[in-house]
Amino acid sequence: MTALPLDLQILNALAALLLLVSFAMLSQRRIVTLVSLLALQGALLCAATLLLAWRTGENHLYLSAALTLALKVIFLPWLLYRLIRRLGVYWDTEPLLNISGTMLVGLLIVVFAFGLAQPIAALASTAMRSAIGIAVAVVLLAFLTMITRRKAMSQVVGFLSMENGLFFGAMSATYGMPMIVELGVALDVLVAMLVLGVFFFQIREQFDSLDLHHLEALKEED
Amino acid sequence: MAHEQFFIDPFNVFLVTLTAFVGFTTSLFSRPYMRVEVARGRLTPGRLRLFHSMYQLFMATMLTALTTNNLGLLWVMMEAATLSTVLLVTLYRTPAALEAGWKYFILCGVGIAQALFGTILLYFAAEKVLGAAGVSALLWTHLDAVKDELEPVVLGLAFVFLLVGYGTKAGLAPLHNWLPDAHAEGPTPISAVLSGLLLNVAIYAVVRCKVLVEGSLHSPLPSRMLMGFGLLSVVLAAFFLWRQRDIKRLFAYSSIEHMGIIAFAFGMGGAVANFAALLHMTVHSLTKSAIFFAVGHAAQKTGTQIMERIRGLITTSPTVGWGLMLGSLAILGLPPFGVFASEFLILTTAMREQPWATPILLAGLGVAFAAIFGRVQPMVFGETTAKRLPHPPALLPVFVHLALVLMLGLFIPPWLAEWYRAAAHLIGGQ
Amino acid sequence: MNAVTALEWFTQVLEVITALAAAPLLFGWVNQCRAWLQNRSAPSLLQPYRSIRKLFHKDAVLATNASPLFRIAPYVIFGTMAAAAAVIPSVGTHLPFTPVADGIALVGLLATARVFQALAAMDVGTAFGTLGARREMMIGFLAEPALLMVIFVASLLSASTALPAIAEQLASQAVGIYPSLAFTAVAFTMVLLAENARIPVDNPATHLELTMIHEAMLLEYSARHLALLEWAATLKLFNYTCIGFALFAPWGTAHSETPQALLAALPIFGLKLLVAGGGIALVETLSAKLRVFRAPEFLATAFLFAVLGLLVRLLLGA
Repeated sequence: MTALPLDLQILNALAALLLLVSFAMLSQRRIVTLVSLLALQGALLCAATLLLAWRTGENHLYLSAALTLALKVIFLPWLLYRLIRRLGVYWDTEPLLNISGTMLVGLLIVVFAFGLAQPIAALASTAMRSAIGIAVAVVLLAFLTMITRRKAMSQVVGFLSMENGLFFGAMSATYGMPMIVELGVALDVLVAMLVLGVFFFQIREQFDSLDLHHLEALKEED
Repeated sequence: MAHEQFFIDPFNVFLVTLTAFVGFTTSLFSRPYMRVEVARGRLTPGRLRLFHSMYQLFMATMLTALTTNNLGLLWVMMEAATLSTVLLVTLYRTPAALEAGWKYFILCGVGIAQALFGTILLYFAAEKVLGAAGVSALLWTHLDAVKDELEPVVLGLAFVFLLVGYGTKAGLAPLHNWLPDAHAEGPTPISAVLSGLLLNVAIYAVVRCKVLVEGSLHSPLPSRMLMGFGLLSVVLAAFFLWRQRDIKRLFAYSSIEHMGIIAFAFGMGGAVANFAALLHMTVHSLTKSAIFFAVGHAAQKTGTQIMERIRGLITTSPTVGWGLMLGSLAILGLPPFGVFASEFLILTTAMREQPWATPILLAGLGVAFAAIFGRVQPMVFGETTAKRLPHPPALLPVFVHLALVLMLGLFIPPWLAEWYRAAAHLIGGQ
Repeated sequence: MNAVTALEWFTQVLEVITALAAAPLLFGWVNQCRAWLQNRSAPSLLQPYRSIRKLFHKDAVLATNASPLFRIAPYVIFGTMAAAAAVIPSVGTHLPFTPVADGIALVGLLATARVFQALAAMDVGTAFGTLGARREMMIGFLAEPALLMVIFVASLLSASTALPAIAEQLASQAVGIYPSLAFTAVAFTMVLLAENARIPVDNPATHLELTMIHEAMLLEYSARHLALLEWAATLKLFNYTCIGFALFAPWGTAHSETPQALLAALPIFGLKLLVAGGGIALVETLSAKLRVFRAPEFLATAFLFAVLGLLVRLLLGA
């Protein structure tokens, strides 16, 4: 068994940690911690992008690493922390039922994701092709996080985590998307957060809480 | 290759025209309409400003999405279209509006994230063929030129994600949940453009992707998926139509039904079906926005969206009444309106090529007809104690739209038919 | 494999005796570290020996309705633990018994001890005994799959579930970053804490009936029976630590049966024990005792880590 080069080992470790962070998000009850985890995920992503940029010498990856750092590690978590403080939900926790069951579902999802990514990874020629499975898993786990949450804030964190997973997928499959698309996506994420910030205040103003069970009135009447 | 980022071809040219036209008439409609809303205290002038600026932004994103050659940019613009309308759906700040906005944001956000994954996969496959330069690998024209060489496995997978993603946006069942809420709770001009334009753009994105995937896969799988989603939407929407009490929700479900018909027609493929689908996109867009204009006025005059409380429009406000009645007849596919022409073409093609689907389609259309007509008829002709309104509302856009639909049912201008034919050919109608 | 020589037998016997003797020492060391970390004055390192000796000098008292099972259980449990100590490759991987040290068999052996402990605890029929036994079985039922999963991940590397083979393979492979091993090491540590009645699952230093698990099962025992059980408990910790070494830190273990090699391996082994004991104490100090109904979550997390390790291993090959 030949040892992988060190940079690849680190990339693999970062990928594994990303997966771990996704599970941590799945089981985390406190909303503030959820945001910290999101920042951590962004930081891991940024580190992986930097390393990949250094390894491949692709200049646009440096740019997207910088973008990741600015947006996903610094700005968005800062914005969310600020929102949390302004909305006074700092101590909010989410009553999660049956974490163990959710975890098991999560594991099944990971297996499914790895299977799904198999044909793609087999065709990829990038150094990180094996991490595509992890990217898919991160996306699906974020989806699961969103499904199991009832608080608006945690759903948003799940949404952003999904975006992170997609970004990681693009990176491991093709060393990132064309710059114009990446910029566009980043802009969309940014605008989405700003819109959400406004939205949160509207929800709070109306319901005095960010609990989504207030938002279950619209159903098909019988 | 900056000059290749945008393009016009027969497929998007009529959509651009349509979008610009309906966008224009909707803004004509919305100025007096929204003023009344402000006068009634449902809106503040600040929110009115927000409405108008976001409306323009929304139009810009749709037009960019239609004209861009870059599939990545298409995604970005679709997402931007969602974002610019979220705050419009919640414009009234009522609990229901907030809920609708939240659903809209989350469902479309998640859906569109799937589409991003599909786009990544597409890029991944394209990069193998077009080189890693990364500039041309997402340009549709380039992809179309090499679609035979794209990796079928990856493209098949990509299509699933793209269909789910853009399909959510197009309101295809079972991912349609956001649509009735957003239509019912947002201001009427937004319902009109969401139904009339945004759904079209989403379908447009799906079809663009389908062309590439079909070229690579050489199998009927993408077509079958489109047909399946389409039929499901038709049937589901037809039955949900029966359960509606809110007039805007009623027509929102009708939009889902028509998106289903369009998706089904594109799924069948072939020159005639594609032609019919394109025609149907046009007439549905025109008719549905006209209906929403009329519905908006009706709801504004009576102060409610609950259908049981709207009665006798023909006596209180004949223009609104006739607008609603004619619009409903048009959308239900009665001759001589254009919807009849396109539905007739789709049905006859279905009988020839997918005979099994014809009874399902017919049943869906029949159920929808009974549901909508049964509700619209008393609203327009029912007994009412309300007095006739002093001033008839300006409903020019409604009648212009309906006149166009009528014209398309009787006579399609040769240049338009040529556009449709060329577009149908482009989407694979050999 | 050549015939087992008298010398090898001698070293094997010596190894078992060392294990038996060193186990209370490790226990005492963990307690001492914990006391230091918690700013308490530490008990002597030899405290476990003293209490065991004291218990051996006392007269045994048995409940009137105790069955023979109650009386045999301490011997069975102690014997099982001693047997496990004999086969686990702690100092060397080539001792006469070590070929038996299959990971799955070992899990089974440890489970035997658990079953006897639980049966004996329920034997007298007191409420506490039954409560402890039930909790112990719940924890065991959750910890075992996690432990097995940990062993599977390690055995993926060496294509064998035998601990010596795993240890040798791991010691000889290139140094690198193995996220799968890191994940499973975390899982293993969590299983170790749960299985040995340590914080955060159980607190060995309390007899508070609402929370205790392990102690509740020993309440009816006295004198030599209790001494054996406590000694067995220290052996269990020792065994788990040694399994951990074999799976994750096999460096310095002797790969031949010569006394010189074994002697050279001994100080390294001692050092590893010191570090491991300190580590356990640190984890215990940093974590808070979980409520009993949270213990399944804790072990589910351990299982999750182990499975993640497995998946990462399969996907990334790292």
